[in-house]
Amino acid sequence: MSPILEISDLSVVYRTQGGDVHAVEHVSLELNPGEVVGLCGESGSGKSTLAYGATRLLRTPALVTSGSVKYGGRRLTAGGDPVDLMAMTHHELLAVRWREIAIVFQSAMNALNPVLRVQDQLLDAIHAHLKMPRREAREKAAELFDLVGIPRNRLRSYPHELSGGMRQRVMIAMALATDPEVVIMDEPTTALDVVVQRDILAQIVELKERLGFAILFITHDLSLLLELADRIAVMYAGRLMETGASKDLIRDPAHPYTRGLLNSFPSIRGPRRELAGIPGTTPDLRDPAPGCPFVPRCTFAVPACSEVDMTLEPWGNAAQRGRTQLPLSAHLTACPIVTPEVSQEGVLS
Amino acid sequence: MSIWRNLPLRAKIGVFLFGFFALVAIFGPIFEPFNPGFENQDPKFSLNPPSLHHLLGTTQLGEDVFSQVLTGTRLTFEVSLLVGLIATVLSVLIGVTAAYLGGVWDDLLSLLTNVFLVIPALPLLIVLLGYLSNQGETPTIIVLAGLGWPWGARVIRAQTLTIRNRDFIAASRETGEPTWRIIIFEIIPNEVSLIAANFVNTVLYALGASVALAFIGIANLTSFSLGVVLYWAQSGNALQSGDWWWWIPAGLVIALMGTSLVLLNSGIDEIGNPRLRASHETGRIGGHRIWTTDPTPVLSQLTATRSKVGQFAYSFSRSSLLDRAATKNHANGAAEAPTKTPTGGEIL
Repeated sequence: MSPILEISDLSVVYRTQGGDVHAVEHVSLELNPGEVVGLCGESGSGKSTLAYGATRLLRTPALVTSGSVKYGGRRLTAGGDPVDLMAMTHHELLAVRWREIAIVFQSAMNALNPVLRVQDQLLDAIHAHLKMPRREAREKAAELFDLVGIPRNRLRSYPHELSGGMRQRVMIAMALATDPEVVIMDEPTTALDVVVQRDILAQIVELKERLGFAILFITHDLSLLLELADRIAVMYAGRLMETGASKDLIRDPAHPYTRGLLNSFPSIRGPRRELAGIPGTTPDLRDPAPGCPFVPRCTFAVPACSEVDMTLEPWGNAAQRGRTQLPLSAHLTACPIVTPEVSQEGVLS
Repeated sequence: MSIWRNLPLRAKIGVFLFGFFALVAIFGPIFEPFNPGFENQDPKFSLNPPSLHHLLGTTQLGEDVFSQVLTGTRLTFEVSLLVGLIATVLSVLIGVTAAYLGGVWDDLLSLLTNVFLVIPALPLLIVLLGYLSNQGETPTIIVLAGLGWPWGARVIRAQTLTIRNRDFIAASRETGEPTWRIIIFEIIPNEVSLIAANFVNTVLYALGASVALAFIGIANLTSFSLGVVLYWAQSGNALQSGDWWWWIPAGLVIALMGTSLVLLNSGIDEIGNPRLRASHETGRIGGHRIWTTDPTPVLSQLTATRSKVGQFAYSFSRSSLLDRAATKNHANGAAEAPTKTPTGGEIL
């Protein structure tokens, strides 16, 4: 199966007075049809920049300095070669956005227009991207509300008349309005309490099963991803640290950074243990030091760390490390220093 | 210093122009070759075109235009600045007081503002100055300032209303700061750019109004402000008889003074509104103009679509260094990461 979205070697900088801020550096990430890929990392690690840069939604101080983003949706390519979003003109991108790749934005509060009824905002999206008679579009909007579990009589509400959870559902309904193949969700549940969060996540999974779109789920909440995502990519300081199936990641985290993240929240089962967290703060992205950016905060750091080239290599036993053809869900890590032989004890033990 | 460096070119031009006229207004009259009101009765000095002796020629009555323009610049500058100052002080006083005190004071002061706002300014000016015009510039200044404050007062009142309800004002009221201190140290510093812009705008209004009034003859016609120079030129039929040196210099000074104020105002906007500055700074990337609605630019495409001349000009810019660093950085990364083919590395 070929990936529906293939980000390869993408670098994005923000151009400022003091020089370039390297927000995303040489990141490669694949998204398969119907798959949920979680992108996680702390604030400022470049996860949103990666997603918006890949869809070319960032504003001018941002500049893509390398890489390509291949989109292989059936509707657009008609079975042919995938198209490169980085080579598209503004006009061509309009056909891709929303129709092919939709986004659920971070804060539903600010993303919805406060002076328009939510129905009108939904209809706007439908009319802009699909050719559809008015009556049909209205029916579609109502169906979308059914889909995300909001009563139809809320269609004529204004955003301030809805609760936070409902607003987030409206955002999801809007993203799904044009049957996109890829949905990027940028921290869709961050501002909600855990009960509503749970509800919405269940809804997202159910909708995904039913409609078959792929999800790129951005969050800083690794524990949430462990439940939701098929695969997880961990970002730090603009670089991918580790990718792998989520069950591999929780059972056997490879990169010291992932271990730190997993140590930062308590597990429900098992004995009580001290929460470790990760000391220190994220590095200055304006002038990155050579090698691994995590070195100043890493407990495993050795002098050789500053010569690490940050390419992802398979994690696991030595025999597996030499293989050229890797399975899609291969567990990869950017740290060649910490190998299974180095660290004997598991993190969550 | 970095504020100055970040200012857009037009604001810098404004500062220089304004500074130039300020210097001329302060020191110009010292270098006057003649008394601007001295009438040379000898008919051979009437309406001379510019020469070394009379740098900007002479008027019908044999007066030196250059001296008149120098005096006029000072007078007009003085009047405009004073009007701007008085009107701004008035509008800050009334606007802030009305908004901060609220209640019946707000009602009264707002009513006053609105009444002054709807007074038809020009007829009133003509009538008032018609009575008072022979007493120097003072009546002009008072009347223009008295009619120029309400716009500013309304804007400042609205801004104060939003600031007054913020938490830090409530906090300073709770800690027992006196009202005058809250107004002067808590509220007004938040409105500095607004007040400054208002001041510049009022100066511009005063410049236009005082020149216009003098031009139609409602001013002290024996003191040579720029408007009065234009008035005499007009009544001497300078335009019709082609005596361009009589009216062009004064007109040009007025126009440039106005321009400098407009440019200055845009600079104040940039300082007061950092977001405006950010979008201005980043409008160009890799030698290309990028609009905020454009998709994220891709470096390799920008480099590919540059013309020869554009490439030459671009090679001097600071962003070309950044671009080269970014491309080189990418080439290194691609060499280390054997997974994907480099696309941007071959461009430079």
